[in-house]
This record gives sequence, structure tokens and C-alpha cells, in this order.
Amino acid sequence: MGEPSAYRGAAITGVGFTEFSKASGRSVLSLAAEACRAAILDAGLEGADIDGVVTYQYLNDSVPAQAVAAVLGLGDLRHILDSGLAGQAPCYLAAHAATMISTGVARNIVIYRALNGRSGQRVGSARAPGDAADLRHDAGLIAYPQTIALWARRYMIETGATEADLAAVAIAQREWAARNDRAFRRSPLSIDEHHASPMVADPLRAVDCTTEVDGACAIVLTSDERAADAPHPAVGIRSAAYVLGRGGGLDMADSSSWPDLSRNHTSLLADRLWADAGLGPDEMDFAQIYDCFSSVVLFGLEGLGFADRGEAGEFVRAGHTAPGGRIPVNTNGGLLNEGYLHGMNTLAEAVLQLQGRGGDRQVPDAETGVVTSGALQDGSALVLVRR
Amino acid sequence: MSADPPPRFISPHAEGEFYWTSGADGVLRLQRCGDCRRYIHPPGPVCPYCHSRALSPEPVAGTGTIATFTINRKEWIPGFEPPYVFALVEIDEDPTIRLGTNIVGCEVDDVEIGMRVEVEFEANGEWHVPLFHPLPVERSEE
Repeated sequence: MGEPSAYRGAAITGVGFTEFSKASGRSVLSLAAEACRAAILDAGLEGADIDGVVTYQYLNDSVPAQAVAAVLGLGDLRHILDSGLAGQAPCYLAAHAATMISTGVARNIVIYRALNGRSGQRVGSARAPGDAADLRHDAGLIAYPQTIALWARRYMIETGATEADLAAVAIAQREWAARNDRAFRRSPLSIDEHHASPMVADPLRAVDCTTEVDGACAIVLTSDERAADAPHPAVGIRSAAYVLGRGGGLDMADSSSWPDLSRNHTSLLADRLWADAGLGPDEMDFAQIYDCFSSVVLFGLEGLGFADRGEAGEFVRAGHTAPGGRIPVNTNGGLLNEGYLHGMNTLAEAVLQLQGRGGDRQVPDAETGVVTSGALQDGSALVLVRR
Repeated sequence: MSADPPPRFISPHAEGEFYWTSGADGVLRLQRCGDCRRYIHPPGPVCPYCHSRALSPEPVAGTGTIATFTINRKEWIPGFEPPYVFALVEIDEDPTIRLGTNIVGCEVDDVEIGMRVEVEFEANGEWHVPLFHPLPVERSEE
């Protein structure tokens, strides 16, 4: 089974980053433009080649695609998309862009995520609009870690997972981060240091939470013909899936209607993702699992079938996800350590690995990998292959 | 919980206002479909089960079970003094209905998943915010 026709005519060929910092001192538009320009050049293209611009944001924390097109002098755009999805978006948008290119709607598309997520509006303090938010804020729930904590605790009660399992995720990913110059947190983490980290929303400690940063990240997709001439190997989409589970609630943080707080979107989309790919978890060279919080990695490992129900913690503690392990997970250190670009960098890391550009953290002979976007009841995923 | 009521954010949406205002008589009310008779929460404009718009608040017993919770150790919202418990409570009439609320009347470290709880109301002007306290020990029978 090869790549499906919806995606076969396109490939990811370039990635771009800004510096990740605590205070960029710059506009989000400036960050977005820099990352997009870097990705376009990385793909061997020029601004004039780009005819599609795609982005996503949360609570208006970013700038519209049209603005980025304007400042970069892009013209005659054929495809533009501003998605309100947050961390669930990157895999979905990459598949969407590939479809646009495969069907001839557009030829070269840049996808970016840009935000002053540390010095500007923070996910931890922004008040969400909407009808479900009223029912959380009145009881003191406003920040994303609190929502994730509700899921983490239910998972721990149902499976017997412990704080040591959360710690294992954070520790393994810190080992990866030590090999990544871009990572914000790079120093080794011991289990004692984990357990000494301040509890913020029990059972989550500060080191179980992502590192909010200012920055931007972008990828470029192009046609398969153009990809053959690109400076770096082309990365193809072998399968893609998005799901919003029934009972997802009125908004992203509304867990009140979701029937099973111990499983997330990965459990719902895995069968489809693997069947469409004609591949399974055992055939992956790495997994980049969306990890705004340590607990979400445990959900992803079980949802995708890397570990059996309730055994993800033991799987991580055994070293299987760390450098040299059976299935390297979050080889950039993850959102926990590299920084919270809402999964755009998670996808970019998968591309870098498949292109052999992982530097000190390169997974040997990485040819296929899985990526997820999102933490809760909705999300997306890709199986990517090096062409 | 602190002794003073926290500065709760209440800015109800149209369908939901009753949730914060109808408890003056000590009775919890939830939105219910007049056609298929299912409870709906968060309150919405249309029944998700049968698409009826004949929805109105109806009394429930006000008892339930904690589905999950987090102990907030950080002041996420100014005035909400930590530690405090945010919980999702499954109501007895329909365990698929979960209310986001605070657990009061006990130490935060005594809260457990599966704990039986009962509603009380925090009065603050026109608002009567539904909160829950533990029921005397009588765990749900298996």
C-alpha cells in the first residue's frame, strides 16, 4: 500500500524556525514572517513560488495568513486558511495542504504557528469565550493544566499509573532535549527533582507542563515534481486522520461531556490511521506525540498501540522512548522542553528526522514516523515517510 | 477554601443563566428536554439527542459522584486562593451529565474519585453558585 492519492502529489520539503525565547521583543507578525521565510528558503523556493498560506491560533493569539502574505510580498494566493483549532491543528492542516496541492488547487503552501506565548497572551491565563467556559470559570478552572489534570487523575485511578510514570516521561524527554540546541529546558532531570517540582494542578507538577515560549515555526509543502529538486529529502504523507469524539463538549477545554477521561483522540483515530497507512506501530522509527503535559504522552502511547492499556508508564520507565530505545518519542525534547509552539514544532521535528537532519538527536535510518496533534477529545495524526 | 467567597466569573450565556440563579430555594436545576426527557449540560440551544428546542430547567436531587478532580495548588485566578478543588460531578439522574464545580466542606486532600457529594449554594447577590460537599460516608453500592 502506498501513499493515498489525496496526498501523493505533495511532499513536505522545508522547515523554518525563529529563536524560542521568554520575551521576543517583537511582533507576532515579525516572528511569523521570519519562520515562513526560513521554511520557504529551506525548501529551495522563493516567496513568489508560494501560493498558499495556512495557519492556526488559539483565542486570537496570532496573526492572520493574509498579513503574513502581505509582509512577505506573496501574491496571487490560491489558498488561504486561518484555523481556530489549536494544538489539534498541525497534522490536520498538513494533510489538508497536501490535498490542495495533490488536486491542483495550489502548488506551494506554507503552514505556520506564531505567538508570543510567554511574554504575550498565555494559555494559562487567557479566558476562553463560549458557553462552556462560563461553567468552568465560576469554579476556578481557567488554565489548560487544570483541564489536563482532570484527565490525568482519572487515567491514574483507572490504570494504577503513578507520579513515577509522569516523571519518567519528563525525564526521558529531557534526555532528548539535552541534544537539541533549540530546547528551552536542557539540563538533566532526576526523579527527585521531578518530585520536588511545585505541584500546580494536582497531579501535575511544573515540570509536567510545557514550556511557554515566544516564537514561530513553519513548514512548506510542494508538489511531488518540485520536491524532487528540493535541497532536502521529500517527506510524504502515508496516512492522516482527524477525529472529534462524540460528546466532545462545547469547546476544547470542555471535558464535561466526554465519556472516557482516561483515553484521548489517539484511541479513536489509531485504527484508521494504521489501516490507511498499511503500517503499524512496530514499523515506526519514531513517534512525535503531542505533549503539552507529560500525562498526554501516556495517553498517546496507549492510544496508538505502542503500549497496552495502563502500561505506558512502565514502557517509558523501561527506557523504550529515550535515546537508544525501541521507539524514540519526542526527539526534540517535546513541547515540555523545546517549547510550546502548539505542536507545529512536533511536526517539524518529524520532518527533520526523516530528512536526516536531526543532528545529535538523529534517529539512525529514520524512514517512517508517526506524529500526533492535540491532547484531549479531538486531534489529528500523520504517518510520514521519507520518499 | 478561603472564608470569603472567591470572585467568581459569572457571565452566563442565554441558555445557562438559570444554573446560577435558580438555587435560591436550595434546589439544583438542570436543563432537560421536554420531548426525549434527557438532561443536557452544559445547557444548550437544542437537544443533542432529538434536536427538540423544548428545553427548560427542571429540579434534580442534587446528589452525585465525583468523576475526577484536580487540587489547584496555584492561584490560577486572582482571588481563588489555593488550595481548592475543581471537580467534575456526575449527577445521580444521569451519570453522563457532569458538572464542573468546587468540592467544599472537607479538606482538599480528603477528596477522592467516587466520593458521594451533595449540592449546596454559595449566595452572592442574585447568584447562587452550585457547589458540592461530601455526603456522610455511605459509599455507592457496587
